Amino acid sequence: MKSLTHLERLEAESIHIMREVAAEAEKPVMLYSVGKDSAAMLHVARKAFYPSPPPFPLLHVDTTWKFQAMYELRERAAREAGMELLVHQNPEAKARGINPFDHGSLHTDLWKTEGLKQALDHYGFDAAFGGARRDEEKSRAKERIFSFRSANHRWDPKNQRPELWRLYNTRKNKGESIRVFPMSNWTELDIWQYIHVEGIEIVPLYFSAPRPTVERDGLLLMVDDERFRFRDGEQVEERWIRFRTLGCYPLTGAVESRAQTLPEVIQEMLLTTTSERQGRAIDHDQSASMEKKKQEGYF
Amino acid sequence: MSAPAEPVYRTEALIAEDIDAYLEQHQHKTMLRFITCGSVDDGKSTLIGRLLYDSKMIFEDQLASLEADSKRVGTQGEAIDFALLVDGLAAEREQGITIDVAYRFFATEARKFIVADTPGHEQYTRNMVTGASTAQLAVILIDARKGILTQTRRHSYLAKLVGIRHVLLAINKMDLVDYQQSVFDEIVADYRAFAQQIGIEDFVAVPVSGLMGDNIITLSEATPWYQGPTLLHHLETVEIDEQLLAAQPFRMPVQWVNRPNLDFRGFSGQIVSGTVRPGDAVKVQPGAQGSTIARVVTLDGDLDAAHAGQSVTLTLNDEIDCSRGQVITAAEQPVEVADQFEATLVWMAEEPMLPGRTYLMKIGTNLLTATVTSQKYQININSLAHEPGKTLELNGIGVCNIATDRAIPFEAYEQTPDLGGFILIDRFTNATIGAGMIHFALRRSHNLPWQHIEVDRAAHAAMKQQQPRLVWLTGLPAAGKSTIANLVEKKLHALGRHTFLLDGRNVRHGLSQDLGFTKADRVENIRRVGAVARLMTDAGLIVICAFISPFRSEREQVRQLMPEGEFIEVFIDTPLSVAEARDPEGLYQRARAGELKNLTGVDSPYEPPEHPELHIDTTALSAEEAADQIVAHCLN
Repeated sequence: MKSLTHLERLEAESIHIMREVAAEAEKPVMLYSVGKDSAAMLHVARKAFYPSPPPFPLLHVDTTWKFQAMYELRERAAREAGMELLVHQNPEAKARGINPFDHGSLHTDLWKTEGLKQALDHYGFDAAFGGARRDEEKSRAKERIFSFRSANHRWDPKNQRPELWRLYNTRKNKGESIRVFPMSNWTELDIWQYIHVEGIEIVPLYFSAPRPTVERDGLLLMVDDERFRFRDGEQVEERWIRFRTLGCYPLTGAVESRAQTLPEVIQEMLLTTTSERQGRAIDHDQSASMEKKKQEGYF
Repeated sequence: MSAPAEPVYRTEALIAEDIDAYLEQHQHKTMLRFITCGSVDDGKSTLIGRLLYDSKMIFEDQLASLEADSKRVGTQGEAIDFALLVDGLAAEREQGITIDVAYRFFATEARKFIVADTPGHEQYTRNMVTGASTAQLAVILIDARKGILTQTRRHSYLAKLVGIRHVLLAINKMDLVDYQQSVFDEIVADYRAFAQQIGIEDFVAVPVSGLMGDNIITLSEATPWYQGPTLLHHLETVEIDEQLLAAQPFRMPVQWVNRPNLDFRGFSGQIVSGTVRPGDAVKVQPGAQGSTIARVVTLDGDLDAAHAGQSVTLTLNDEIDCSRGQVITAAEQPVEVADQFEATLVWMAEEPMLPGRTYLMKIGTNLLTATVTSQKYQININSLAHEPGKTLELNGIGVCNIATDRAIPFEAYEQTPDLGGFILIDRFTNATIGAGMIHFALRRSHNLPWQHIEVDRAAHAAMKQQQPRLVWLTGLPAAGKSTIANLVEKKLHALGRHTFLLDGRNVRHGLSQDLGFTKADRVENIRRVGAVARLMTDAGLIVICAFISPFRSEREQVRQLMPEGEFIEVFIDTPLSVAEARDPEGLYQRARAGELKNLTGVDSPYEPPEHPELHIDTTALSAEEAADQIVAHCLN
């Protein structure tokens, strides 16, 4: 018998994790951000439960500021998986008109961090799958696959349960919830390779095309709709760009590229040397900022 | 010294010229998980940082922050401090130490690697066992200047304990001993003698310098006398355990029953050993039912065969009972089923392991309750000596007998780790507090089936014309438990009820005369009293128990012994100051004077009931009134 390849082993492990949650959690949900990691995770979920549809809904914590192309893929992906799609928009952020142009980090706090807490509390989900990986960032290298959050959604890095073999302790105290990261052991390259091998549909923004852009504070921003606010002297310029990561369009930096196919994207990724999160404005403040965000409940 | 800047593992040429060929190659990589063991000074983080750096897993922006950090807090002067790449959380970084298990990833042309990195101090046993539980190889670091230390023995023993078959001895800091062959040879000879002693059959030793990069990726010119593989070459070529597991008989624990509609009933799980094909005869355990495999179902189509490590869904040709917790096995070679085991236990919580206390156990896809019935001995992790001891403290390792509440399918850990490894969970905090590895099943009285008795508890109770009850009074010493219990029994007796009073002090003269007042002995005392009380209720009696019984866990355990509704927990609630003021026997006075140890309320904790059936506030009620309330509840 030939050995399983690393992708086959990663997939089998992720399937095992998802089935444990389906069997032991009372009300699980899969967080779905429409990005490539979510796409890979959703694909694994379909495999885990086939021929049944995955026995939980998808939840998109929406900020209303995602790229249009993401909204277009969202419904279709859920439908093809035979899953219910729940969309949550923080009503407070909506009422206050919170946006990435005027409110800086408050935008992320309210729409994403608060929005996620609200949605989990509202539906009473006790376990939420997320697509985070340990290779993304140093503080994630120590994150468990099953990560427990207190009733107010905080993460306590000092009080994590040891995780042995493939035995996951899914027991929780009253009010606690679990974030489950079935893709913990995948790397960015593994995700891309899997999308390539399995032919998984992803948002076209990952591939290069001529798009309307503005250069601002060292980031290349895409003018995705009429809500974009120009600063004095800023001109729309058409550039060949693509995105390495997708979030709120006014906060997500593009890279100039000619990569129009998956192999070309992977090729560029391997040959260029900038790590994934750099395209997002959230991380730049201080080197331990992600860890702080996580303690506060950001996914 | 080899040049680190342009390692041979940069496959840029292939990536640039033929990405499809590269992807094809990458797709067929295998995966190896390993653990690195060493203490803070062994240069472990530096070595891992070096592997990440040389295999190009560090991106430019990370490199920039690494260079800045190296100058600010690094220990290597102007040079890059690779250790900073690996030391993770902010608080840890400031202290300059890692305190948990971290996972790192890198890949070469041949393999993807997942490295579990564990720190070298305090929580060491717990963290290393956790990291090693998913590893197939252990890299054990030795400082060439120091040779084999106590911790080297500890690391090696734990690696062996968790069943790691491959050991790579990295003799590090060779640059600081002038790359002398004699130093290397001597350490290898010492280690060989030790390894044989603990049953490590084979190991590979490599002379390296994490700082300089010698023999990590390319053979170093500084060690012309060394002819073996480089560290990375060995990691890339060592045999992967799955192939061994695939050669064993078929076993798949059922995780989830897949039932999309009435026409399909599949059993989803990950194969832990062997191979399965349509037509294979299987047995579902526990149970005697057999069938044959109809289909091996996946989203990518049905498979002709599936092997150890794959997650699949199986359908059977017969409608038989099969659900989560059962194991589908090869019909000819089924697994054992038992409820008593000998196992090695590694303790992972501040709260000590107490024989007699019930814990939750997760093994395979089973979650059940289990009790450590006795501990045979503890293992001193430094000397490896067997030492006596009833309990285990944090990071303690012991060999124990364990009883489960029902028979479960299992295999020896050494044979099939997924069917012999288990975790223990605290029933109240839900924390994972221990990990164990089954050696074998015990065949003793516990394995005997219950003897059916014709005159059963209902018959006993009917003759007495009463409902059996267990009235359990708990509270601080001198709270008034014995006084109230006495009154309760007198009142019931006067009403013509058949009763018996078990008093905390009295059982100490007989049933529990061998027990003291340590935590472990208190747990055992309550276990015995619970078992006796249960027998007395089987005889139809109303049993009244007056025990401090300070721990929720044991009171809960007694409750579990009783049929629903028969256990009446009565909290005799007397504030400590009031109990201490009464102090009829001078217990508190002696404890305060330091003459009496382990008195509940003084230097031993009391956990009040959260939801007692009755809550008696003795500052508001007289003993008579309290007894009336209890009698009323009891006869209700």
